[in-house]
Amino acid sequence: MNMNLNTPTETEQRMDVYASSGYPESDDHLDARDRMRTPLTGDTDEEPRPTEISVRGLRAGYGTKEVLKGVSMDIHANEVTAIIGPSGCGKSTFIRCINRMHELVPSAYAKGDVQFAGNNVYSSSVDPVLLRRKIGMVFQKPNPFPTMSIRQNVLAGLTLTGRLSGSEANTIVESSLKEAALWDEVKDKLDEPGMSLSGGQQQRLCIARTIAVKPDVILMDEPCSALDPVATARIEDLIAKLRADYTVVIVTHNMQQAARCSDRTAFFLMGELVEITNTDRIFTAPKDTRTEDYITGKFG
Amino acid sequence: MQEKRSTWRETLFRNACLVAVVIPLGLLALLIGDVVADGIGRLNGQFLSSYPSRFASRAGILPGLVGSIMLVVLTASLAIPIGVGAALYLEEYAGQETVGDSLAARAARVWDRYFATVIEINVANLAGVPSVIYGLLGLQIFVRVVGMGRSLLAGGATLALLVLPVVIIASREAIRTVPRHLREAAYGLGATRWQVSRRIVLPSAAPGILTGAILAISRAIGETAPIIVIGALTYVTFVPNNLSSEFTALPIQIFNWVSRPQEEFAVNAAAGIIVLLVTVFSLNLIAVLLRNRLERRLR
Repeated sequence: MNMNLNTPTETEQRMDVYASSGYPESDDHLDARDRMRTPLTGDTDEEPRPTEISVRGLRAGYGTKEVLKGVSMDIHANEVTAIIGPSGCGKSTFIRCINRMHELVPSAYAKGDVQFAGNNVYSSSVDPVLLRRKIGMVFQKPNPFPTMSIRQNVLAGLTLTGRLSGSEANTIVESSLKEAALWDEVKDKLDEPGMSLSGGQQQRLCIARTIAVKPDVILMDEPCSALDPVATARIEDLIAKLRADYTVVIVTHNMQQAARCSDRTAFFLMGELVEITNTDRIFTAPKDTRTEDYITGKFG
Repeated sequence: MQEKRSTWRETLFRNACLVAVVIPLGLLALLIGDVVADGIGRLNGQFLSSYPSRFASRAGILPGLVGSIMLVVLTASLAIPIGVGAALYLEEYAGQETVGDSLAARAARVWDRYFATVIEINVANLAGVPSVIYGLLGLQIFVRVVGMGRSLLAGGATLALLVLPVVIIASREAIRTVPRHLREAAYGLGATRWQVSRRIVLPSAAPGILTGAILAISRAIGETAPIIVIGALTYVTFVPNNLSSEFTALPIQIFNWVSRPQEEFAVNAAAGIIVLLVTVFSLNLIAVLLRNRLERRLR
């Protein structure tokens, strides 16, 4: 709840990262963090925000291998929820179940109750295609479409699905790229290939592409793991801003990242949710000893 | 000592590989050289624009050339859409239709996977069936049952059947090389399976699909057995002008001339072979150019 409760070593590490990477003004980044720690509404951190997604008893896996063994948790609207845990604990599977990307893998299965916008997303009345337009996704490796220009990449979600009307294209490109904090860097070269950008810019382009579809929720599957520290800091700043308009769920390997940019953090271990609570609390006073062991580096 | 021995082996292996390259290329050069030496003198405007004749010097290749080109166009326009469709089904749709772990969903998944495996094995088997068998199949189905008669259309359909397995296999390979993360990006944006296949998978796989398909079809141009079986004529004094027209093709005309006793017809056959080879090489060249062009565009 209070930044002073963070361990000094963690802060030092963070500063070291920025110093060694030549990040110009580390203050920028601290600004973003301060912004995030300020609740959007109300006076205290404790004010509950409405629940956007409510997961109950989610089991999922591949063939006979069960990866998620009954997960129940709520994701609050306009918050950044971080999911941490060691490799193979089911973090990615979990978010991929939320927008039903999981089932694209042959032999994958999922069952349980994932309430979103008044429906269980696994009920037969829900079309996964329409669901994914409401719950967008950003992937581990930046994956702009290689045949498309920057502009076409931003519009890809609309052109692919045949929903683009010509008159609004330019507005959407500009507003999406601005929201993804990329506009100033690319406004003069919108017709160059998306692949010509740097890795961090490509990832922000992918975020712009996701935003252009106007989702309610943005899922991010380790969005910074392929990026250098400077590009990572930019994305984290961006996540802080996105919180105002979207509900963000971010899977991360990096506990400092979860600490820096999330409101609540969930700790997964071997397919189960161990603990979910306010980020400040989970890193300072975890309830479960397994969480404590993980965040203090005893395993993982 | 040790080093010396491995160098010796290295040299031996390198030379053995070199020989393996030289033998087929040398044979090909020998074959082409021999044919060109025999036939090049006969190759002129009269030969390319004349109809068959009892007199070798008046005979020409025109009906065969036109027939072969029309056959290729027909074969390609039948085999490529069907082959690519089958490959898309097998790669993008089969076994991916259901989610959930109810008994019905599980059964559907098992059935889908079983079905795809059966198709997969049989496509590979079909690619190995001798072409004359396809001729017999075409004779029964297209010529007799469907009632196309001994027409160009029946010939094109038979050759399309013949190359279909190869087109399917080549297209599947090409589709498999499309990176998974591109599909995921499109699905994540709310695209349907069709939209992903049409806008993401097919454009990326197009160079590979085209290369495979054109190589398969240029192979079909030289096929003699199946179109003899379905009844292509050897003495055609007209250029086929519609799909139900009777026809002949280059390999049949060549076969006919080769089997004549007179020396002059053997020269005609050599000239005919040159025409056939030029046609096949042009097709292969088109395949390479198309692939390079598409690949450049993708990069």
